[in-house]
Amino acid sequence: MNMKYEIVIGLETHVELNTNSKIFCSCGGHSSPKEPNDCVCPACSGMPGMLPVMNKRVVELAVTAGLMLNCNINKYTTFDKKNYYYPDLPCAYQITQLNHPICTDGCVTLKTSEGARDIRIKQIHMEEDAGKLVHGGNSSFVDFNRTSVPLIEIVTQPDFRSAEEVVTYLNKLKSMFISGGISECEEGAMRCDVNISVRPEGSEEFGVRTEIKNMASFEAIERAIKYESQRHIDAIEFETEELVQETRRFDDVSGKTFAMRNKETEADYRYFPDANLMPIIIDDEWLEEIKAAKPEAIDEKAEQYRLAGISDKEIDMLMSNHKISSLLDDTIALGCNAKDTAAWILTDCAGILRKDGKTFNDLAVTAEKLAAIIKMVDEGKINRNIGKKILIAVVESDVDPIAYCKENGFDKKVDASAVESVIDGVIANNPQAIADYKAGKTKALMALFGACMKELKGAADPAVIKELLENKVKSL
Amino acid sequence: MKYYVTQLNDKGNIAVDDTLLVKGAVTSAGSRILDGFKPLFSAEAVERLESKGYSVSGKTHVGEFGLDLVGEFSYYSEKEDELKGAAAELVANGDVKAALGVDINGAPRRAAAMSGVKFLKTTYGTVSRYGVISTAASGETVGVYGKDTDSIKEVVSVIAGHDDKDGTSLRHDSYEYKNDLDITSMKVCIIKDLVNKADDAVKAEINAFVDSLKADGVTVDEIDCNLFEIANTAWQILMTAETCNNVSRYDGVKYGHRAKEYRNIDELYVNSRTEGFNFLTKAVILYGSDVLSKNRYKDCYDKSLRVRRVVAEGIEKILADYDAILTPVCSSAKYEAYDINEAFVKVFDESVFTATANLTGIPALACGKVQLIGKAFAESTLLSLAKSVERKGE
Repeated sequence: MNMKYEIVIGLETHVELNTNSKIFCSCGGHSSPKEPNDCVCPACSGMPGMLPVMNKRVVELAVTAGLMLNCNINKYTTFDKKNYYYPDLPCAYQITQLNHPICTDGCVTLKTSEGARDIRIKQIHMEEDAGKLVHGGNSSFVDFNRTSVPLIEIVTQPDFRSAEEVVTYLNKLKSMFISGGISECEEGAMRCDVNISVRPEGSEEFGVRTEIKNMASFEAIERAIKYESQRHIDAIEFETEELVQETRRFDDVSGKTFAMRNKETEADYRYFPDANLMPIIIDDEWLEEIKAAKPEAIDEKAEQYRLAGISDKEIDMLMSNHKISSLLDDTIALGCNAKDTAAWILTDCAGILRKDGKTFNDLAVTAEKLAAIIKMVDEGKINRNIGKKILIAVVESDVDPIAYCKENGFDKKVDASAVESVIDGVIANNPQAIADYKAGKTKALMALFGACMKELKGAADPAVIKELLENKVKSL
Repeated sequence: MKYYVTQLNDKGNIAVDDTLLVKGAVTSAGSRILDGFKPLFSAEAVERLESKGYSVSGKTHVGEFGLDLVGEFSYYSEKEDELKGAAAELVANGDVKAALGVDINGAPRRAAAMSGVKFLKTTYGTVSRYGVISTAASGETVGVYGKDTDSIKEVVSVIAGHDDKDGTSLRHDSYEYKNDLDITSMKVCIIKDLVNKADDAVKAEINAFVDSLKADGVTVDEIDCNLFEIANTAWQILMTAETCNNVSRYDGVKYGHRAKEYRNIDELYVNSRTEGFNFLTKAVILYGSDVLSKNRYKDCYDKSLRVRRVVAEGIEKILADYDAILTPVCSSAKYEAYDINEAFVKVFDESVFTATANLTGIPALACGKVQLIGKAFAESTLLSLAKSVERKGE
């Protein structure tokens, strides 16, 4: 046989939301606490007498995600309980949405090597995360820091036809959610279940479906899909094994998938409505508020940056970090030039952070301070080098840029005659350097330049100094 | 210690059932599975009373999770031949001004009937359930035991009100309770079928109560109504399902009772729960798991949710014509000790009188063995009718 096969994939993606508190209590949200069980209260550890109280922000972020993925936002949405026993699940049930999810029927368009592809979104629902087990010695320990951290689960229709499409989709979700402030999408904050089947090309019927659970890295997802689809094809083509509907796990080391449980032994989760949480009604007024606060769609935003002259590479950097893209947006809003500001952030700030072994996530510069520096440069009060000096002080010690500039005398206007007299002095004091230069050692000029810069404390434009110096030395 | 699991203050004026949390006091809801559990916070109702100067005398015995007739199956109390509720007895003896209880399936109302006192099951959503050891979340409510309507009125006025910590707490305009409304033009209907289920002693008490109302100008009619049987079946389904789910957190991992013998996590769960729950709770868990299972959900749980709406509409219709519905609280004037193996069926049958109020969230006042049921937020009507009968006894 020489049949061609089509791979059919549907995805369930869990994304940790970027909220200040957990979904049903006031414990801190996504920001990872340092010690186990640091971020736990009677509610999220499932003690008797506690009641869940809905975090409004979770609803707003879920709606925002739904708007970004072109979903219907359901005005009436409810929570259900999913029952199963596991030590990391303190109540022995998870609060999730089964019957009335918050968003349904969306669509996202992917750019692939074969053109644009539409992936239909079946639904987005809100739910709480579980805790985690830590095994050590003869004991197992439970850490509830992650219990009740808010998640959204995005369920697609079986519309993917290759591992590449899946990875493109996940990268798009990631950029969208980061730039939209929905999730930081850090390591482990985005987890996928992959439903996969194969069928002869042209066939309308679906093949036997298997589900690979809980993968956190895009690379693992890609490898798992490639392995699993080949396993299905081999099973059909060479009758190597009988395919059954089952849940599998991907082993990162061997690169293979292994059966966890099949359809017959699948748990009955006994879903039912959670009586402790009243239905949530999203009225028009609230929906409009969320729409108004919604960040622009990622494609529109990237296009705007592109029009402003920001390079594709810089756009990629901005799109993958919500913090710096909002710093850029806020600084532009204060009247600064987009392209110039992007350079200040992506080149100058990045350089300073790198020197200190830090990343953009450590950057604490406010848009107001950055704009103050850029404006001083633009208005010619200081040159760019001085601006950079001030930026270092702002990044490292959070000084006030205008006050810092004054204190250090950076804002003193240095007129041309003052510069000239400094240069003359330097020439007069360095006869040996002049002689060396005349003898063809061009490097000697750099020493003179350095001396001028030192004396002028960087207060004059280096380019101007260099030109003046060179002309003077040459004419000697 | 006959009535108390833990006595906190012998000058205290409010007793609190062991299904409600009191900060720092061992709270086990009558169950071994919560043995030694010390809550980190008090129930909202307890907090409100303490902030108004009331003090908690102690935690009173309840049947495990409040699921039995009147409190006969507590892990912690001694067995008696004649069944009485601990909090109701304390109130009857005059040891405390009032007591707080949680009405899940009628136990506090029946306890009031056995001790000849009153228990007000409040409208769902008017008293915060924050700090209730929850079993049947969609119908359980905090209520008040009192010897007379004055004390109930006083205490319920303190504990009722919106609470942000409870997502089902309502925002009502006023939480003012009265027991002196003019009842002379009020109309009450008696559910004939339910009265027929009661023994002669209960019937006699009902007749005396009705005569007293009539003497005060209240119109009393007898009506036929089949909703109570249907409501009971629906509530037993919802109540067991929700209870099964809510007690599933008691697994021996985090607090309370943990079995000594286990070789793995499954045995830790199974052995702890086998030892920790009594036979009635186990029956409720099994029944509740069954009605939620994939094959039964639609015909049992889902249908019960729809029955709830039908019953609520039917009762609403009756209460459009009448100010209150009058029924017995219990089938007999006395409960004798019985074997726990019979408990599930016994409680199921006896709840035909009480389940409608749990299912639909409306208030019910047990005045001895007579029950008055009213519209949502009509507690004052019930208290005023009861007050008129009370006055004759003075």
